[in-house]
Amino acid sequence: MLKKSDSAIPSEGSTVQTAILALDGITKTFPGVKALSEVSLHLIPGKVTALIGENGAGKSTVVKILTGIYQPDGGAILVDGQPTTFPAPQAAADNGVTAIHQETVLFDELSVAENIFLGHAPRGAFGLIDRKTMNQKAGEILDGVGAKIEPDHKLKDLGIANKHLVAIARALSIDARVVIMDEPTAALSHKEIEELYELVESLKAQGKAILFISHKFDEIFRIADNYTVFRDGQLIGDGAIADVTEADLVKMMVGRDVSQIFPQRTPNPGDDILKVAGYSHPTEFEDIGFTLRTGEILGFYGLVGAGRSEFMQALFGMTRPSAGTVEIDGASVQIKSPADAVDHGIVYVPEDRGKQGAILDLPIFQNVTLPSLGRLSKNGFLKLAEEFKLAREYTERLDLRAASLDTHVGNLSGGNQQKVVIAKWLATQPKVIILDEPTKGVDIGSKAAVHEFMAELAAQGLAVIMVSSEIPEILGMSDRVIVMREGRMVAELSDKDLQPETLVRHAAGI
Amino acid sequence: MSTTERIIPDRLRSPLEQRLKSWETLLLLVAIGIFIANSLASPYFLNAWNLSDATFNFTEKAMIAFAMALLIISGEIDLSVASIIALASTAMGAAVQMGVGTPGLVMIGLGVGLLCGAFNGVLVTRLGLPSIVVTIGTMSLFRGISYIVLGDQAFRGYPASFSWFGQGYVWWVISFEFVLFAIIAVIYAVLLHKTNFGRAVYAIGNNATGAMFSGIRVQRVKFILFLLTGLMSGVAAICLTARLGSTRPSIATGWELEIVTMVVLGGVSILGGSGTIVGVVIAAFVMGLVTFGLGLLNVPGIVMSIVIGALLIGVIALPRLWSMWRAR
Repeated sequence: MLKKSDSAIPSEGSTVQTAILALDGITKTFPGVKALSEVSLHLIPGKVTALIGENGAGKSTVVKILTGIYQPDGGAILVDGQPTTFPAPQAAADNGVTAIHQETVLFDELSVAENIFLGHAPRGAFGLIDRKTMNQKAGEILDGVGAKIEPDHKLKDLGIANKHLVAIARALSIDARVVIMDEPTAALSHKEIEELYELVESLKAQGKAILFISHKFDEIFRIADNYTVFRDGQLIGDGAIADVTEADLVKMMVGRDVSQIFPQRTPNPGDDILKVAGYSHPTEFEDIGFTLRTGEILGFYGLVGAGRSEFMQALFGMTRPSAGTVEIDGASVQIKSPADAVDHGIVYVPEDRGKQGAILDLPIFQNVTLPSLGRLSKNGFLKLAEEFKLAREYTERLDLRAASLDTHVGNLSGGNQQKVVIAKWLATQPKVIILDEPTKGVDIGSKAAVHEFMAELAAQGLAVIMVSSEIPEILGMSDRVIVMREGRMVAELSDKDLQPETLVRHAAGI
Repeated sequence: MSTTERIIPDRLRSPLEQRLKSWETLLLLVAIGIFIANSLASPYFLNAWNLSDATFNFTEKAMIAFAMALLIISGEIDLSVASIIALASTAMGAAVQMGVGTPGLVMIGLGVGLLCGAFNGVLVTRLGLPSIVVTIGTMSLFRGISYIVLGDQAFRGYPASFSWFGQGYVWWVISFEFVLFAIIAVIYAVLLHKTNFGRAVYAIGNNATGAMFSGIRVQRVKFILFLLTGLMSGVAAICLTARLGSTRPSIATGWELEIVTMVVLGGVSILGGSGTIVGVVIAAFVMGLVTFGLGLLNVPGIVMSIVIGALLIGVIALPRLWSMWRAR
């Protein structure tokens, strides 16, 4: 494995000089999290650079810095070797940096040409939009990306793939020198992907520098010239793609001594508690089935969009499955709403804490007791003293840091908010707890606390399902791991099969 | 887990302290100010019977406002309440023509209110339509039915025992309506502030998705709130019809906005999530006192609505302006 000290410094001075756009020692900190730590990146004209890393490695943060959405806390952005800043997205666009995002914001009710030129439409007399020129230019750009779309059609009439081409055309409508593609093939069919590759080749031929972010190794090896690997916000390695193998890249992505930071556990699974069979959804997932035992931690690994959260939310009653059965303690149950799930002892800690997990404008104690009120009250009347008692009991078990139990949850840090959500569910004395990305956006200290607590829960006989995109977390915490890809279970791994490389291979389908 | 014992206090500020610094306290001061201004402006104001009369300006609207407060806190709204009054009153008037007695009339009034509320509730919670659109629709629909039934006619001939609901006095100057208003205020205050149901209402209003993810049956709670608003409209229809002694299809026209005004003036966030019943009670008094005081001074109705509008904007804007000025 490459050491950071060898590779973080560009091996030759020449790459720095030839880069159109470079990042040098960029650091970006969010409250409680260091998203990027002195990373460097070089984008060279006529070359495709692949940016590789796990979810949470800092790729998105880099894209946001390159496009002027975030400001770095330290380090330099170099355009043609000259230090500069991108104080706003417009500044990045003025320097010829354009990005095609995973989820591009387009406007359904506007025409294709209006979408492409929104904000920089050609102007005619009196500053009015010159519709004719705009449509003509839009047509040229669309031709350039190989899209057969009429510029004056409304966007809402297009299919997903064509919308994506419009997004690409929009990115190219400014005179771009640097094109950032953030998982551009995620929504495309096989044929469209081939067309995209051709487009990338033609952009290369025009001397544009391309930053290509992808989880798919086949396409990285197909079109990238250079690679840069990030892990945990640090630059792990970079170089020419011809010099490395898939295995090298996987190692760089995931490699880390995982045993030390996770609690030591002796898995001691008990009786079967949850049995899911044939769970399917019309669009999101298909034929999911597994058995979970008490005291077990079952990990769900996969790439973003593999259908893990969608399945968990169906299991929790937020959405209805099209087929499948659930048994709890050997009894078949129907889960039609989250309230049903909670009644049956299944609780869910969602990934989106702010919207789904906690009610930020309510005090801590009210958040904690919300699902337990039925048990806590007398004939439907609140008992405030009991509420504070219960909230205190569970928040103290989780070592919550807060000024008072009356503090609004929105005023807490991400880690402490997560503790409130977990405390809320533990207070219902569940049988199965589902944790969806439990440590996402959580600072290191709280992360360890959450992990330790998960281990403690399993030791007490609770069945735990953990959805995580972080390989160290999956490896460090799970007894068994189910890997999902494109809505299906593709592997179930345990014991010595649980290797980072195996996980990545199954998740990416290689 | 950490072994160090740390105690997180329940609260940093006592509930009393929070209450003293609240919107309700400010509103109470406004109410007292208006009371004093009224008694200085008109010699007839400080008279027990006149003050008792003044309460009729708000009691019926306030009954609906309490239910509306819960609905708005939950993030929904019902603009059809005045039209429910019209429909319920029309139904009672029609029943009178068929010789139905007072107990039957009351049942019909409440029943029509509940049905209308259920209709709104089903459209909002089952079909997922936005409540403001649904109830603007039913606002026209319900009153439209009244107009079809009555045209330019009026139903009269309500039994004397029925009139007591609008004209009766329980003791000295204390009217039945005022007593009913007070009882309903207490019921709703308990419901909102002291029960699981009330807590669910706040949770839904702050974050309906989060509430659903916390195992709260959001749609069921909202449906019940629409039922309650319909029911209270039925109660108000009984009181108002009894007080007027007749039903015309134009009965209670424009009340929906006065009721929403009362709720918002009472400190309920129009975006949902916060507000108290005490605030709505004080707001009811404020609006009643202003209307009555201006009435004593022979101020015409148009001017009254200007004053109410200015009062609403003023009371809501002042704290914001104050904090903006302090932040400078």
